[in-house]
Amino acid sequence: MAATLRQNNKTISDEVIVSMMGVNKWFSQFHVLRDINLTVHKGERIVVCGPSGSGKSTLIRCLNRLEEHQAGDINVHGIELNSDIKNIEVIRREVGMVFQHFNLFPHLTILENCTLAPIWVRKMPKKDAEAIAMKYLETVKIPEQAHKYPGQLSGGQQQRVAIARALCMEPQLMLFDEPTSALDPEMIKEVLDTMVELAESGMTMICVTHEMGFARKVADRVIFMDEGQIIEEKAPETFFNHPENERTKLFLSQILNH
Amino acid sequence: MAKTPTSIGFVRDAIAPILPPPAREAGVTGWLYHNVFASFSDFTSPTASIRSILIGLLTVGLGYFFLKQVYGLLNFSIFSAVWVGQEGIKREVCLTVDQGGDLPSGWHGACWPFVYAKMKFIFYGAYNNDQLWRVNLTGLIGLIGLIWVIIERMPYRKHVGVFLLTIYPIIALILLTGGNFNTDYNNVAINVLIGLGLITIGRQAAAGRLGGTITEFAAMFGLFGWGFVIYAAITAALGADVGLVAIGTNDWGGLLITLVVAVTGIVAALPLGIVLALGRRSDMLVARILSTIFIEFWRGVPLITVLFMASVMLPLFLPEGVNFDNLLRALVGVMLFSAAYMAEVVRGGLQAMDKGQFEGADALGLSYIQKMRLIILPQALTHVIPGIVNTFIGLFKDTTLVSIVGIFDMLGAVQSTYSDTAWATPTQDDTGYLFICMIYFVFCFGMSRYSMFMEYKLSTSRKH
Repeated sequence: MAATLRQNNKTISDEVIVSMMGVNKWFSQFHVLRDINLTVHKGERIVVCGPSGSGKSTLIRCLNRLEEHQAGDINVHGIELNSDIKNIEVIRREVGMVFQHFNLFPHLTILENCTLAPIWVRKMPKKDAEAIAMKYLETVKIPEQAHKYPGQLSGGQQQRVAIARALCMEPQLMLFDEPTSALDPEMIKEVLDTMVELAESGMTMICVTHEMGFARKVADRVIFMDEGQIIEEKAPETFFNHPENERTKLFLSQILNH
Repeated sequence: MAKTPTSIGFVRDAIAPILPPPAREAGVTGWLYHNVFASFSDFTSPTASIRSILIGLLTVGLGYFFLKQVYGLLNFSIFSAVWVGQEGIKREVCLTVDQGGDLPSGWHGACWPFVYAKMKFIFYGAYNNDQLWRVNLTGLIGLIGLIWVIIERMPYRKHVGVFLLTIYPIIALILLTGGNFNTDYNNVAINVLIGLGLITIGRQAAAGRLGGTITEFAAMFGLFGWGFVIYAAITAALGADVGLVAIGTNDWGGLLITLVVAVTGIVAALPLGIVLALGRRSDMLVARILSTIFIEFWRGVPLITVLFMASVMLPLFLPEGVNFDNLLRALVGVMLFSAAYMAEVVRGGLQAMDKGQFEGADALGLSYIQKMRLIILPQALTHVIPGIVNTFIGLFKDTTLVSIVGIFDMLGAVQSTYSDTAWATPTQDDTGYLFICMIYFVFCFGMSRYSMFMEYKLSTSRKH
């Protein structure tokens, strides 16, 4: 299986980092995730797309338990996700997340935003945490903003800080929940460039996004969701050029031909 | 009639110069125009002229009325006031010729010698005259500590803050009461032993020597252990004979009582309120229900009822011989009452927080306590500084209600001085009320200004 997923001269290891089996979730009466089965290997880049309300965000939010699933098994980085609070914190340490609205902490400087979790969760000395933070701020190309507050930065810069903040925990898996949807058109590129670089560095990523160019460029697999189900799962060329499902065809025609 | 856009527009071929604003918009003229003559300048039509003139007259009329009031106050308190008393003469210095004094007929002004004569009572109540240094020392330590904590450039601010919240209350209690409580040192010893035992269990559990389940509760054992030890230390300290004359709270009074009640209330209300607010928003049903019941109960009864319950009803329910200090009972009542109000203010701040802040903190793996302490509360409390200070100021003024249950706070103390016939003059009560009014104003206005400074500081550091 893993051998078939070679792309861009990168090898995906056999190590499974996420496995979801028969996952179901309801928001009171609404069946938001229906029998989801998904396996992600270490180093894989997955793009999840689909119409709004199809459960894409809920799917990845289940992976670090911002949402709770009611049936099925989710296994992240070898840890079963259940109601045991200790596991939740262990998993959250290993899973970084980037949100649509950045969710930076406005009362802390950029540097403090980045060092907070390493210091308090990983119990790292302040000096080391700052060194790591500066390293990742360089990666996202804004080390000079380290002592400003989030409110003083542009949207694109804030989103890059949010990526750096997640990376400072040196996670095994990065989740992106529509990272460019709240940005001005001019800012989207700088964030996507950062994500492409991150993908090329070998990070395991699951991205909910409508940026099809990004999907073509870096994804190993594209997953299409509708009404809480995964209805198509393919390598990008096949997905874009030969979609099978009617719903996928309609979706692609609508977002590619506007 | 349709014009093409090009017929009315043009393409600029040189950069437009940056011009200064017109004179009416800037400088002194602009200020006067916007703030003083804004409504008195429109004479473009007869109606507008009439309106302008009427509004102008209203401004002048209200201004006159206001200035007259201010002059009346200044005249009473300063210009016409009697400032200096005479040796051996009491009320006569503030009486007119008709009333048997020297002042001209029709005189109306403040009688400050009366306030000097009663100053000690207004500030300290019936506290022993030769022991007043104890109150002054307590106040001085508190004041220095407070100023130290407020000024940002001072070193060791955190240490001073911790001192103010932990050791200072014990020092204050010993200084004000004289210490020498009848502490049972056997109990102290037992408490220390229990505490040390619990700490040892906690240590062993943390090291994993007591098996899986107990390990999880190691921190709790430690916490309770230290609780016992600290409680024992405090009771031991209070029991020590430091050689001070015992002065019961019945002899306390005036500003001393006002400050003791207000400061204890303020210091206890915020942390209690935060805990209650978090409890009310908690996912745990029991915590939520208990917090809600507590808050709604205390908000649902008037403070006067609480104080009456505490001082009159509570002793009826207690077994014979068990007797809490009257002031202590009122203090606890005020504390719980203001905590309930504070809880709702804090909850308002928590409600205003964006859900993304909670998720951002969760996604980084912060624990509940870390999330609240580092991310949510610093922001939520900043949002509600006006509400918090509002509650503080309200609490400060509500302390006057304790005079209803026989505790002589500043208002009660002033009122009781009116019964001294040696100082009975027509302006006696006006003067007394004016004096404490100024004291209340200084404290409340001070809190208000400090909160505005904090708001300004916090908002500029974040530059939203």
